[in-house]
Amino acid sequence: MNFLIGAFKPACNISITFSDGKSRKQVPMKKENGKTVMVPLFQSKESIAGKVSIEPLQGKKIEHIGVKVELLGQIEMYFDRGNFYDFTSLVRELDVPGDIYERKTYPFEFSTVEMPYETYNGANLRLRYVLKVTVSRNYGGSIVEYGDFMVRNYSSPPPINNSIKMEVGIEDCLHIEFEYNKSKYHMKDVIIGKIYFLLVRIKIKNMDLEIRRRESTGSGANTHVETETLAKFELMDGAPVRGESIPIRLFLSPYELTPTYRNINNKFSVKYYLNLVLVDEEDRRYFKQQEITIYRQRDS
Amino acid sequence: MIADGVEDEEKWLAAGIAGLQQNAFYMHRALDSNNLRDALKYSAQMLSELRTSRLSPHKYYELYMRAFDELRKLEVFFKEEARRGCSIVDLYELVQHAGNILPRLYLLCTVGSVYIKSKEAPAKDVLKDLVEMCRGIQHPVRGLFLRSYLAQVSRDKLPDIGSEYEGDADTVVDAVEFVLQNFTEMNKLWVRMQHQGPAREKEKREKERSELRDLVGKNLHVLSQIEGIDLDMYKDTVLPRVLEQVVNCKDEIAQYYLMDCIIQVFPDEYHLQTLDVLLGAFPQLQPAVDIKTVLSRLMERLSNYAASSADVLPEFLQVEAFAKLNNAIGKVIEAQPDMPILGVITLYSSLLTFTLHVHPDRLDYADQVLGACVNKLSSKGKLEDNKATKQIVALLSAPLDKYNDIVTALKLSNYPRVLEYLDSETNKVMATVIIQSIMKNKTRVSTADRVEALFELIKGLIKDLDGGAHDEVDEDDFKEEQNSVARLIQLLHNDDPEEMFKIICTVRKHILGGGPKRLPFTVPPLVFSSLKLVRQLQGQEENPFGEEDSTTPKKIFQLLNQIVETLCNIPAPELALQLYLQCAEAANDCDLEPVAYEFFTQAYILYEEEISDSRAQITAIHLIIGTLQRMHVFGVENRDTLTHKATGYSAKLLKKPDQCRAVYACSHLFWVDDQDNVKDGERVLLCLKRALRIANAAQQMSNAARGSAGSVTLFVEILNKYLYFFEKGNPQINVAAIQSLLELVTTEMQSDSSTPDPAADAFFASTLRYIEFQKQKGGAVGEKYEPIKA
Repeated sequence: MNFLIGAFKPACNISITFSDGKSRKQVPMKKENGKTVMVPLFQSKESIAGKVSIEPLQGKKIEHIGVKVELLGQIEMYFDRGNFYDFTSLVRELDVPGDIYERKTYPFEFSTVEMPYETYNGANLRLRYVLKVTVSRNYGGSIVEYGDFMVRNYSSPPPINNSIKMEVGIEDCLHIEFEYNKSKYHMKDVIIGKIYFLLVRIKIKNMDLEIRRRESTGSGANTHVETETLAKFELMDGAPVRGESIPIRLFLSPYELTPTYRNINNKFSVKYYLNLVLVDEEDRRYFKQQEITIYRQRDS
Repeated sequence: MIADGVEDEEKWLAAGIAGLQQNAFYMHRALDSNNLRDALKYSAQMLSELRTSRLSPHKYYELYMRAFDELRKLEVFFKEEARRGCSIVDLYELVQHAGNILPRLYLLCTVGSVYIKSKEAPAKDVLKDLVEMCRGIQHPVRGLFLRSYLAQVSRDKLPDIGSEYEGDADTVVDAVEFVLQNFTEMNKLWVRMQHQGPAREKEKREKERSELRDLVGKNLHVLSQIEGIDLDMYKDTVLPRVLEQVVNCKDEIAQYYLMDCIIQVFPDEYHLQTLDVLLGAFPQLQPAVDIKTVLSRLMERLSNYAASSADVLPEFLQVEAFAKLNNAIGKVIEAQPDMPILGVITLYSSLLTFTLHVHPDRLDYADQVLGACVNKLSSKGKLEDNKATKQIVALLSAPLDKYNDIVTALKLSNYPRVLEYLDSETNKVMATVIIQSIMKNKTRVSTADRVEALFELIKGLIKDLDGGAHDEVDEDDFKEEQNSVARLIQLLHNDDPEEMFKIICTVRKHILGGGPKRLPFTVPPLVFSSLKLVRQLQGQEENPFGEEDSTTPKKIFQLLNQIVETLCNIPAPELALQLYLQCAEAANDCDLEPVAYEFFTQAYILYEEEISDSRAQITAIHLIIGTLQRMHVFGVENRDTLTHKATGYSAKLLKKPDQCRAVYACSHLFWVDDQDNVKDGERVLLCLKRALRIANAAQQMSNAARGSAGSVTLFVEILNKYLYFFEKGNPQINVAAIQSLLELVTTEMQSDSSTPDPAADAFFASTLRYIEFQKQKGGAVGEKYEPIKA
């Protein structure tokens, strides 16, 4: 079987290393096969530099018609398998056609790359950044190697951040007023708030605050919406009476949130909602959903 | 379904405990391996068992206690974790990630406790946060237990004065604020229980609530333990806030329990200084609240406080405690028109006890209380309620117990007015209590006015109150009662004869209405009391100033005559006769011949007209003879008449032996040793001879009727009389007479027809020995006896 293995083995080993790989922050990334690997983290307008080294297998030579490295930003729709939309594509030619007999190393650099979108792994799509090294050959097909990295972009706190305050109710049945201290939260933020019961004529069993993520892809008739409840946080146990006020304090850090993404490359949006749910003794649910904006704040 | 309830509950509890233990096991493992994340995960799961709604509070408590123990271990772990460098602030955040609120809050309280201990944040901030976050539990039972847990873990961490948690930022005010808030929230939850669930389970719910009440009350206890609460703070903050909650919750169970709690946990001196505020709350309570009990306890406590030390009494005066309490009771009664009369009486009873303890010198207060009580009673008529009457007895007994002196009670003008509302049975009880008090304390009731008042009080025993409707009265009880009245009459005394006479008249006035059953008990003591007065006067110069209306024995005897006469009408002739004779004897000592004669006449009339029973006649005649014998006041004529009559009566007795004995007894009427003018030897002899004749006749009758002569006892008895008079020097009694009598007895004893009688033999033998003995004595007596041959 050895020869078979040999037959399917690529003719060389290609490795990609980042020049600041030792010091750069590594973050976990989930691969398609379910495994999590650590990959370097970048943000927009950073320079991405490193080395590509190509090492032919023992005693073989590689005949190629050019070596290049590409930096690709792709959006991949799962329902449209195989279709990638590259919103960013940069190329560096590393070598002119020729032969490689032994290990050869090429430095490369993409300076101040615009990477406006963040790496995102959603229900129906993913957005990823990748370095793609191609050793083009006339026969035997090209040899391709990918190097993953992640992009996260930080925002500064929004200058205007109003609280969300609202009175809702069902006539002669239930009347509440709730208040969340902000409308925009960073990902490690705490939601502070209060619920006032102005009128209670139903027997409430409990009250939860849910964080829901709404991922919509496509547009028009082809819009796919996927809603996912990320957090179900019990706020109240038992039936309150008129005049009670129930505190809210919800830490966002335990949940796997992303920033809110609005209309990314006209392909998708990811939005977050706070859903206040009251459940009565007959398990009827009364809820009110409010959008909140999540942003990524630089870790201090 | 309901029948299964208990069984199911056991099952649920068992399941809960099992779940709890399992998670506790994993938690321990995590604790042992210092795995914080797992520790939190399993402790939250463990605490999830407390989310159940299926258990009654009682069972829930069992589950809670197990969780509580586990949480202690977790707390220790948190402490160590903090010491190992884990930021307590981070820990405080971390536990709040739990999705379920109940486990989250238990964990938060547990970490919070460590947080305060670490002093990384001011205690007040942590406490405030905890008490605020606990609002998330609106379920009454779960909320109560959670907050109770909070109260428990925070108890030793309050920024009290002198506590290590006190600081610039943390003051006792914060501690108070925290406890008050927790108390308020707990009470709200507790009250809410009442209104949740179906109406038919009301009773069950009330039972469950009462099981939980101590959880709420514990907060008040914690408050009372806070050193930093001085009187001012109590007055300005603590009490008003607590009362506000109590009043506003409008729940009778809570109001009753909490008012009682306040009274029990806070110091007496605080109550005293805040009486206005505290009492002001009472009229605002729900109508169904058992205010009387609570208020009574307050007064009881204050009474005890007053009794504890004389130093505190000025405080009571200073705050006008009595006026305030009195006022408050009035308002409460007004505010609760449906309060049963029992409640009203209980309240006044407590107030009375209070004032007796605190203001023993202010009789007017006591009277005021009784007056207010009368006012209330007047709208209700006679009391029917058994408990209420008992309470009245307690009310009325209080002054007696306190003063040990009925005289003081007699000064209370409203005292008898309260009595009027009792039924006759209770009236009697009360009267007995009063009499017993007098006897126990040997109280001297020594003026006619007081006697008048006293008899007004005990009239339940003196006469039939309810129009002669005779209840079935136990004979023994009746005797007991009347005997006590008799004893009471004996106790009434005043050294001043005028006043004493008035007392007698007063008593007479009262007892005369007592009816045939009572008079035989009440008249004799009165008669003797009067006679005592006679004796007292007898020693004095009669009427030294010649005042017309002063008390003289004569006047008393007139009165006595009337008193005894009442007994004749009952009729109780034997008793009346005895009393007449007593009076006669007293008159004799006063040298009032006509009076004495009158009494004798009355006695004779009674004897003739009323005493028909032969046994009674015997007793009576001997009494008459005995009394008459001692009389020295009579002139010859009167004496003759009376003795003649007496001898006549004697001879007319039914049975011969009785006749005989009466007749020989009569012999003494003619020979009184210390009265020289009454030494009629001849008539003595006549009597004795007559007695002998009758004895003979008795023998013969016996012979005729039964065939045997009967006993010689009578002869021996007569022989003894002979010897007596012989010795006393009666010239008519000579040796020959005695000698012949001796022979007669001897013959009789030896005769065949005589019935052997060992007693008579012995009697005779000792008589003979006596003769022998007198002989041996020698001297005049010996000489006298010498000739007698036995």
